[in-house]
Order: sequence, then structure tokens, then C-alpha cells
Amino acid sequence: MSVTQEERPLVATRSAAALPEALAGAARRSAAVLAFLAFWEIFPRLHLVDATFLPPFSEVAAALWQLVLSGELLQHIVASAVRALAGFLIAIVVSVPLGLAIGWYERLAAMLDPLLEVFRNTAPLALLPVFVLMLGMGETSKVAMVVYSCVWPILLNTVGGVRNVDPLLVKSARSMGLAPLQLFLRVVLPAASPTIFTGIRVAGAYSILVLIAAEMVGAKAGLGYLINYAQFNFQITEMYAGIITLSVLGLLFNHILVLIERRLTAWQPRLTD
Amino acid sequence: MVAKISLQRVGKTFPVRSAGGSPLLALHEVSLEVAAGEFLTLVGPSGCGKSTLLDLLGGLTRPTAGRILIDGKPLDGPGLDRAIVFQQYALFPWLTALGNVAFGLQAKGVTRRERLDRARSYLARVGLSGFEDRYPHELSGGMKQRVAIARSLSYDPDILLMDEPFAALDAQTRESLQLELLRLWEGTRKTILFITHGIDEAVYLGQRVAVMSGRPGRVVEVIDVPLGSRTGGGDIRSEAAFVRLRHELWALLREQAPARREAA
Repeated sequence: MSVTQEERPLVATRSAAALPEALAGAARRSAAVLAFLAFWEIFPRLHLVDATFLPPFSEVAAALWQLVLSGELLQHIVASAVRALAGFLIAIVVSVPLGLAIGWYERLAAMLDPLLEVFRNTAPLALLPVFVLMLGMGETSKVAMVVYSCVWPILLNTVGGVRNVDPLLVKSARSMGLAPLQLFLRVVLPAASPTIFTGIRVAGAYSILVLIAAEMVGAKAGLGYLINYAQFNFQITEMYAGIITLSVLGLLFNHILVLIERRLTAWQPRLTD
Repeated sequence: MVAKISLQRVGKTFPVRSAGGSPLLALHEVSLEVAAGEFLTLVGPSGCGKSTLLDLLGGLTRPTAGRILIDGKPLDGPGLDRAIVFQQYALFPWLTALGNVAFGLQAKGVTRRERLDRARSYLARVGLSGFEDRYPHELSGGMKQRVAIARSLSYDPDILLMDEPFAALDAQTRESLQLELLRLWEGTRKTILFITHGIDEAVYLGQRVAVMSGRPGRVVEVIDVPLGSRTGGGDIRSEAAFVRLRHELWALLREQAPARREAA
């Protein structure tokens, strides 16, 4: 057989002007953030907002730098990161296999679906007092909170991913004589992986979100504690420094997850291609 | 001589989920024999159970009546002696063209090295050398179906079951693939059962054409296509014999249409 010219897909070629283009792209993307920081700097200085409650960005940055130098910030970051990562990883280890099983066995899914919906729609923060009651104020209850909030998006996406595998692919693999286990490992799992990863990425965002709230209620270290403690003691610049650190941490975490996802699901067509 | 495929009064009914509904009779007493190395096309109105029949032959479902023999032996589940080519290609999007073609070989227990070698050579046979590392979404429809055909040939089945494989392609691509399929068939002499709803396609490809009725599907007539080799280069579609056969089929299919309306 031969391929006619019309059948060849268009292949995007990287132009030689890639570097300036990338720089322009970076400038475009950071413009809004820079504008935001500029407003943050100027508004308090012009007394458009009360500088007591919103100090100029440069002062917050200075406080942030002091926290870095004293080593205090690192200590809080580590405390939070360990909790968030531990909870997040436990949730993955629990939910992915469970979700695969629930998705694969249709009857199990039909039975568990209503219960899962109830749990999913129960806000994790509403359960914080319950966790504290049962697990105390220590690390366990905080990690448990993170686990709880991360489990649902991963679990539901895994179940959905498995159940929405294109039946034609399963049919095609079956016609090639694949045994059930092979079918699962070589067709169902890869087909479901993009959906599973979406759940993991959502869970990553949840892990930090919920942890900070838990740390605000009762903790002796962690970014949530830092933000809350600074506010109590009217160290407003430190409070904002904590908040900024948190945003950066969240961004970083999400970016890492996106990179891993891209790598593992490189075969997917992307809108940006 | 034992027929390669023998369908003996095969029936298939599906239970209807809604309460009180009577079971759906998709196929009724379908009898058909396909000789080894034959290219048989199967035409019928849409909804006549063509794809149901193909699922049965693939071993994906079991008949509720009658029996299916392959080489004189009852059919028992899916197997690598039969390959199915689907209309929607059914390529695995996470595998490259090469990976897709090699996929079926893994079930056959071929070593990785040989799998890749063989997959490469089959891709070359369908004209896709140089496209080994492309993912399905980077290929056009015609190229995807070429990959699917290479995949079905790679594990060297005796029988190719094709379920309207060219129906989703544009006319030009379809014609070139039809011709190339005939060349592959002449080169390999596999038994091909080719389902289509196109009368032209049925006459052009088949040595014989089986005509199915509307639901419940039955084989009402099998007509011979006494045309010479199609791969010679002439425009066989404009020959008098082709036109006459085409009309004959058209008339046969038109007879089937009222039966379908009654059933619905």
C-alpha cells in the first residue's frame, strides 16, 4: 500500500525563532501578576487602602526574607509539606486500587455509588471536629483530614475512568484473545489513566487547602499556623508572607503534578499542539 | 472439502431490559458457508444484524440457536485464528502505530524483538513505513485503518472479519484502500468476510455477495460475482457485467426494505 499526499497529517515544525517567542510568551503570562503586585505596592502608599491591614508588597517581601533568613519559614514549610504529602500519597495508594476494583465490578459500583456520593458531598472541613475528637489534636488528625479530602476526587475519577473506557477497545482486545487480567492491565488501565490523573491533580490542590484550615485550628507549626498566629499577634507583614509562601507552594505542587501527568499521558492529543 | 466458516441455522436473541418487552430477535436461522481463501461480502439494510453476526464469528458473543463451525470445529470464544477490523479502527490511543500492530503479537507469545520486527514489516506492507512512532491521533482516517489492517494481519489469522471498515472514509481514500485490500488478499489468500452496506463495494470486492434481510436478519440470497481480477487496472465498475450485478443486488435489497418496516 502507499500513502497519498492528502493523507499525511500536517506536522507542526518548530521555527528557528523559538527563543524570542518563548520570552514573549513568558512576558505575556507574567504581565497580569506583575500588574497585581504593582497595585499592591502603590495602593497602600497612596492611602487608597489602609496600610495597616494591607502593607505595601515590598514590606511583605522584606518580612518574607527575614522569615527565610531566620529559618523559621523553612520549618513551617517542612511541617506543612510533610503532612500534605503524606496524606496525599496515602490517598493515592488507597483510592486508585479501590477505584479500579469498584469501576471494574459493575455490581459493586452500583451498590457503593450512593454512599460515595454522600461522602463526596460532605465537606471535609465539616468533619474536622470529628477527626479531632477521634484522633486528637496531633499529626494524625491533620494527615487524616488530608487523606479524607484527597480520597474522593481520586476515587471517583478512577471509577469513572474505568467505567468510561471505550467499549470498542475492550471488544477489540478481547477479539485478540486477551485474558481478563491482561485486558485490565493493557487496555483498561492505560485508557483510564488520563481521568485518574485529573483526579490526582484535583486532590493535590485539596491537600494543601484542607491542611491549612486544619493547621489554623490547632497546630504548633505549619503555614496555616504561621498565618493564623501572625494575625493574632498583629504581625500583618508576616501574615501576608505566609499567604504568599502558601500560594507559591500550591503553584509549585500543581506544576509538578502537571509535568508528571504530561509525561505519563504524552500520547493524548492536546489543544495546544 | 470442509468450509472454512460454516453457519448453521444460527439465531441470536437479546433479552430486552424494559419489563414486558419481548426479546429482540436479531438473527434468525442464518445459514452460510465460506470457503477457505474466499472473499465474501455481506450486504443488508442497516439494523439487519450484520454486526451481531460478526460478533458471533469473532467469538465475542454466543449464538442462542444453531451452531458456527470453523474448519469443521465448533467455535469456542475469541482466538487469533480470526481477526476483526472495525469501522472505527479501534486503535489504542496510548500506543504508537508500531505498538498497535505489535499488540496482538504479545497475546501470541512472540518475543519483544520479533514483535517489533514483524510489526515494522506489516506497517511497511500497508504503506506506512516512517509512521511507526506516530500516535493514532496524529494519523488520518485512512492511515488509522491501514494500521488496523496491519494489526489484524500481524498475527497471521486465517480469517479476516471486516465490519464496514471503509465506511467512515472519504470516497477517494476508500477506493484506494479497497484496491489495496484486494491486493493483500491476492497475496495472502486469507478468508475474508467483509460486511458493508454499500452495493458497489460488495460487488467490487466480493467473489460472492450474501444478501441479508431486515430484522430479524437472515441470509436471503447469495449471488456469484463472475468478474475477473479487479486489480488489473481497468475501470471494472463501468463494465456491463458489474452494472448488471449492481442492479440485481439493488433490486434484492429493495425487496428487503418492506420486511424491515413490518418488523419495526
